[in-house]
Amino acid sequence: MSALTVTDLTVDYRQHGSRLRAVDGLSFELEPGQTLALVGESGSGKSTVVRTLSRFVKPSSGEIALGSVTDRRLSRRAERKTYHKTLQLVFQDPFASLNPMHTVAHHLRRPLILHGGHRRGPKLDAAVLDLLRSVNLTPPQDVARKHPHELSGGQRQRVAIARALATNPKVLLADEPVSMLDVSIRLEILNLLDHLKRDRDLALLYVTHDLATARHFSSQIMVMYRGEVVERGPSDQVILNPAHPYTQLLASAAPDPRLTRAQLADARTQRAQLRDSRVAEHRESVVDEGCRFRGRCPFAMEVCATRPPDLPAAKGAVNGSAAGHVARCWLLDESAAAAPAADSSN
Amino acid sequence: MITTTGIEALHGSAGLSTDIVLRASNVSVEYAGRRPTKAVRDVSLELRRGEVLGIVGESGCGKSTFAYALTRMLRPPARMTAGVVEYFDRDGESVDLATLEGDRLRDFRWNKIAMVFQSAMNALNPVTSVGSQMDDIFRTHRPGMDKAARRARCGELLEMVGIDARRLRSYPHELSGGMRQRVVIAMALALEPQIVVMDEPTTALDVLVQREILDEVERLRADLGFSVIFITHDLALLLEISDRLAVMYAGQVVEYAPAEQVATSPLHPYTRGLLRSFPDLRGERREMHGIPGSPPDLRTELAGCPFAPRCESVFDPCRDMTPPLQAPPRAWPVACHLHDPRYARTTDEAGR
Repeated sequence: MSALTVTDLTVDYRQHGSRLRAVDGLSFELEPGQTLALVGESGSGKSTVVRTLSRFVKPSSGEIALGSVTDRRLSRRAERKTYHKTLQLVFQDPFASLNPMHTVAHHLRRPLILHGGHRRGPKLDAAVLDLLRSVNLTPPQDVARKHPHELSGGQRQRVAIARALATNPKVLLADEPVSMLDVSIRLEILNLLDHLKRDRDLALLYVTHDLATARHFSSQIMVMYRGEVVERGPSDQVILNPAHPYTQLLASAAPDPRLTRAQLADARTQRAQLRDSRVAEHRESVVDEGCRFRGRCPFAMEVCATRPPDLPAAKGAVNGSAAGHVARCWLLDESAAAAPAADSSN
Repeated sequence: MITTTGIEALHGSAGLSTDIVLRASNVSVEYAGRRPTKAVRDVSLELRRGEVLGIVGESGCGKSTFAYALTRMLRPPARMTAGVVEYFDRDGESVDLATLEGDRLRDFRWNKIAMVFQSAMNALNPVTSVGSQMDDIFRTHRPGMDKAARRARCGELLEMVGIDARRLRSYPHELSGGMRQRVVIAMALALEPQIVVMDEPTTALDVLVQREILDEVERLRADLGFSVIFITHDLALLLEISDRLAVMYAGQVVEYAPAEQVATSPLHPYTRGLLRSFPDLRGERREMHGIPGSPPDLRTELAGCPFAPRCESVFDPCRDMTPPLQAPPRAWPVACHLHDPRYARTTDEAGR
């Protein structure tokens, strides 16, 4: 059984009387012991998804079911507590997510007391040290006494992860957990999350803008663009054989150190030709009707002014792709016009 | 310090002109304090006309501070405590940047060296239009230009970076992040400088926008022929866009090589660690590791190799002797005992 089931989740933000649809009809499941990566650029709605799943933001419609806890039962206090115990968060900025006034031990004692049924005493202290050991902060006795400012960014993020683990959660949401950290320690933190996920059978949602780590640290990837999931599937399929033009562009924009100078120059010329027809302004403008990507899409057709079919309808349309690899794009709809150059990424 | 052999090795392998436009020799920068932070320690680099020189390293390695020193933009408590920065004009005339003061410094800045900062959000003034901010440049540096000429030139500059000239009337908040960064780049190029220093110009941008801006910079460089010093922590990106690369660690340059060489056969263990820190998007799945540990405190004197505590190949001399930046035979400058002929036994190992 999946640890978290999200069905048709829609989130609107109201601003000056108008409304901004930040998340539009999102459905997915998180499985225990699996990592799902949610990939998108800033403004794509991925953080809104995290905030909604953490119940900081109320969805406009749709349902979030966390094990037995569904929306209907969430009005009860005890159920809410179970929800927050079962689903925990790791934030982007470990400099802001820890209280500078408190010691590391304090940060870990709070959730242990509130959710773990612990009382103050030697057993609680032992639990704190265990948590620190589980995130490889050693020696734990020394770390426990420190304040956040005495720790490096990577160490702080480990404390934040330990705090999330204190309630013994089943679901962990990691919102850009390494983007604020130095490049040299990012992989260490991601490896730690990966090991914890396996050891504790956690269902992990890894939210990121980085395709490379998304591919390497998750089994499935969802690509989000302006509030919609435009492509999803097994990680290798989505990255190595992207079906949606947006994913294709993302994958081709990532630096590839194996390319030669000549290949790089060719790629640059190609990109320039694709872009030439439209000025920068139009590429970055927002469209609400139809496919939201069509302003930037090199393959935009007339039919794109109407909204592409929902994900399940496009199922199997990704040529020669593995099961479960789907994309929301007219190019993949056989009834629409013959797809021009959909496989340009190869 | 770079030995003569090192520079020759670089010239030979990169196949570029040896026409130097900026040379920094033994530059050191300190942030004053009870225990001064020695942020840049004896760094020597050369920038050739028309090339992209990448500077890469973790945060706090001194790369931005060094760039500020090159452009004479250090503000107290930062101070250049040693070294010389020389600028060479196209006609061969050289200027020692440290000697510039007052009008001569003003005349030099932006005319010869311009800078693009990391946060395009903050680099523009939110309360005046893009056009009037661009106009400021010409009013200050080209007092002879009349209003119509200035206006026309500002429009041209915007068009050059792919923005409609009508946007001169826009305010920064009306532009997207990518467009703001384009405006900042247009402003940097306004006076046709010989050198543009770019400090993490695309870090805050999305992958696609980042790619567009980099392509744009590359096109403009080919058209206008300026040199670029590109600073970032993203080594994968830098390998792609730069001709040569300086890897900085703890305020020092630890490897200085043509970008292609760094990509295929990095010498310094730190460079190798940085390379490994970026998973290959399309490569095999494998166990991946970054570089454990953190950089040293730059307020202290560093005994031995500053990277030794984090280095996987550390051996005896690393603990107490600081490796100089020097080029081993048939290679490029690197500050590592593994490549010192005196410790030849271990050099073979390093080549793996």
